[in-house]
Amino acid sequence: MPDAQNNAQNNALDQSADELARSFAFTTKLDAIAAWGQRNALWPLPYGTACCGIELMSVMGPKYDLARFGAEVVRFSPRQADLLLVAGTITEKMAPILVRIYQQMLEPKFVISMGACASSGGFYRAYHVLQGCDKVIPVDVYVPGCPPTPEAVLDGVMSLQKMIKDRTPRPWKDQWQSPFEINGQTVPSSLTSSNTFAKGVRP
Amino acid sequence: MSQLEILKSDLTTKFGADVFKFSTTAAGDHVVEAAKENIPALLKYLKEYAGFNFLMDVCGVDYPTRAKRFDVVYHLFSSADSRRLRVKTQVAEGESVQTATTIWKGADWFEREAYDMFGIVFQGHANLRKILTHHQFVGHPLRKDYEADKQQHCNSVIPIHFNNTPEKAGDVLDPKFVPINIGPSHPAMHGTLRVMAELDGETIVRANCEIGYLHRCFEKMAETHPYNQVIPYTDRLNYCSAPMNNVGYCKTVERLMGIEIPARAQAMRVILCELSRVIDHIIAVGTGGVDLGALTAFFHLFTYREKVYNLFEKLCGARLTVSMTRVGGMAYDAPEGWFNDVLRFCDEMSDGIEEISKLMIGNKIFIQRTKDVCPVSAQNAIEWGYTGPLLRASGVNLDLRRADPYYGYDKLDFDVPVGTNGDIYDRYLVRIEEMRQSIRIIRQVCKNVPSGDYTVRDKGIVLPEKKDVYGNIEGLMNHFMLVIKGLRPPVGEIYDATEAANGELGFYLVSDGSANPYRLKVRPPCFAIYQSFPEVVKGSMLADAIATVASMNVIAGELDR
Repeated sequence: MPDAQNNAQNNALDQSADELARSFAFTTKLDAIAAWGQRNALWPLPYGTACCGIELMSVMGPKYDLARFGAEVVRFSPRQADLLLVAGTITEKMAPILVRIYQQMLEPKFVISMGACASSGGFYRAYHVLQGCDKVIPVDVYVPGCPPTPEAVLDGVMSLQKMIKDRTPRPWKDQWQSPFEINGQTVPSSLTSSNTFAKGVRP
Repeated sequence: MSQLEILKSDLTTKFGADVFKFSTTAAGDHVVEAAKENIPALLKYLKEYAGFNFLMDVCGVDYPTRAKRFDVVYHLFSSADSRRLRVKTQVAEGESVQTATTIWKGADWFEREAYDMFGIVFQGHANLRKILTHHQFVGHPLRKDYEADKQQHCNSVIPIHFNNTPEKAGDVLDPKFVPINIGPSHPAMHGTLRVMAELDGETIVRANCEIGYLHRCFEKMAETHPYNQVIPYTDRLNYCSAPMNNVGYCKTVERLMGIEIPARAQAMRVILCELSRVIDHIIAVGTGGVDLGALTAFFHLFTYREKVYNLFEKLCGARLTVSMTRVGGMAYDAPEGWFNDVLRFCDEMSDGIEEISKLMIGNKIFIQRTKDVCPVSAQNAIEWGYTGPLLRASGVNLDLRRADPYYGYDKLDFDVPVGTNGDIYDRYLVRIEEMRQSIRIIRQVCKNVPSGDYTVRDKGIVLPEKKDVYGNIEGLMNHFMLVIKGLRPPVGEIYDATEAANGELGFYLVSDGSANPYRLKVRPPCFAIYQSFPEVVKGSMLADAIATVASMNVIAGELDR
């Protein structure tokens, strides 16, 4: 009997505590609230290499204003960014630099490939153009277009936000290995260390 | 006596008869062919005595079946009377030709490019190494036997280097100085540009730029596509003012084919060009401000750029890369009321220019950062092959719209702003004034748009309209024939230039009578300008170098192609 009484008492206490809590707070899971923060405060690094970079300026500009979606603080340093916006053609000459920039970003990090060139090489089926930046880094969202309209880029950012919210599994990211990495070495020590990479072979 | 005859008699007196071969192409280009041994003396003579003060372009052409495989082609220009001359010589594989860098400093990168693309060796060039392709690239991609889609992977970054290749002696970094690498993808650098500098404190001891990070093989792509399909590729040369490239390319092909486009198409092209000039200068001034820390002007200017995008969208559906021209005219007519929309935009933009002018040009910090910083003298500017706003900022009054008018620019009333010092401040002054003048031009053209057709109606050049293709058998047949056979300009070659936002945008086109161009060389204005960068910034502060890059308005798309 005392147990039942206790239980009833506890339930009542719980209920009142719950009601009390509801009056000024709400309960959630820790990772859900982390995802909420993450998706609404993306700090993009605009890796604008070509025409898409100009259109990306429009996305950031006054009319389309990516700030409305929380991706407001444009950072040109990979250390301070968590969203890599690859906007423009990636050439063979640029690929190792793109990988290095991606490696320098801190976790959690996301990649949006903006435009046909970044996604697949576009109409440059040519001797010096990488046929899609996903050959060297893991891409989460592809935005089609040449260049995509700013609305399409906003849609891409919103798709990424939904992915973060749903905690969509990202096997391409988890299984990614740097195509230039050797001996477990991630970021090379200095800019002049081209020899570090010399033996690396692209799959 | 015609110009060529005068030159011919002069050269015969000087060098003797039968040394050179003179000719004039069907389109009116004057050509001098010479043996490679005579090239240095000839170029020197042409520069010093015949008034050809500009070396606009040096390029190679590959004819694999010929005994002497390569053509080296020089394009000269005389600013005093707007004459052009093409000098050609033949070089076999393994042979070399004397460098022109001793005559014009501006030959530097053009020769390096010909070396990179064709393997033509220029003897006496101080720094002949790859320029566009990556350092692990083997072969010369613009040779006809190199396949267009044969990719070669690169897995390392080329280290900091200055005058020579990293392997060669003479490039030892001095421990007294601090080497610094800026870019690509650097907070202070635009997109794909890379600048390497050696610093003594904050002063630049020597600098170097590495380009080619956006080399997307435009010229090879042009050789593998039919004439009209090259137009979308030209959009992506200078993507800040895409329509101007369309116009420049189509004008070249049209001149080779001897087509005169209708007055309405000319007027539409002028409007497109001038709108593009305005939005190109918006980017140049806006990002120039950003590099100096003035973010507000950029956002403010982008409001106006969006308005131009709206106009383009209304015209053809695309915002940035419009591909609006076709060989023979325009793709469509302008929608109803479009010209009035443009006029309305002109009114808004005029106010905008005044605001920006006050915001930036009158700003004390902006003046201090730009005035008397890294000036380029008129003499040097010509030596390097500067054209466009930068040349005019240095005090040379040369604008192709005036010097060699096309599309009725000679009938329009506008001024050509010219600077005095050639410093960064003058460059922005010139650009802002050019925006005002462009608005003036647009107003004049918009108020008197000629009626009539927007394209020529030649069955061998322009596709019939959709209603004819679907409506009658003749239209269907014309469409079929043109798509299957392709547009075929006559055998020949031509160099044609327009005044783009950054300067002279030239196209050198060689046709072998087939449906694809045999060779299409672009003469990008900022390629010639940017090669002077190491010399211009030498001895100045690092922060001034950043301001200089911004003021040069280097667009990677046309720099690297």
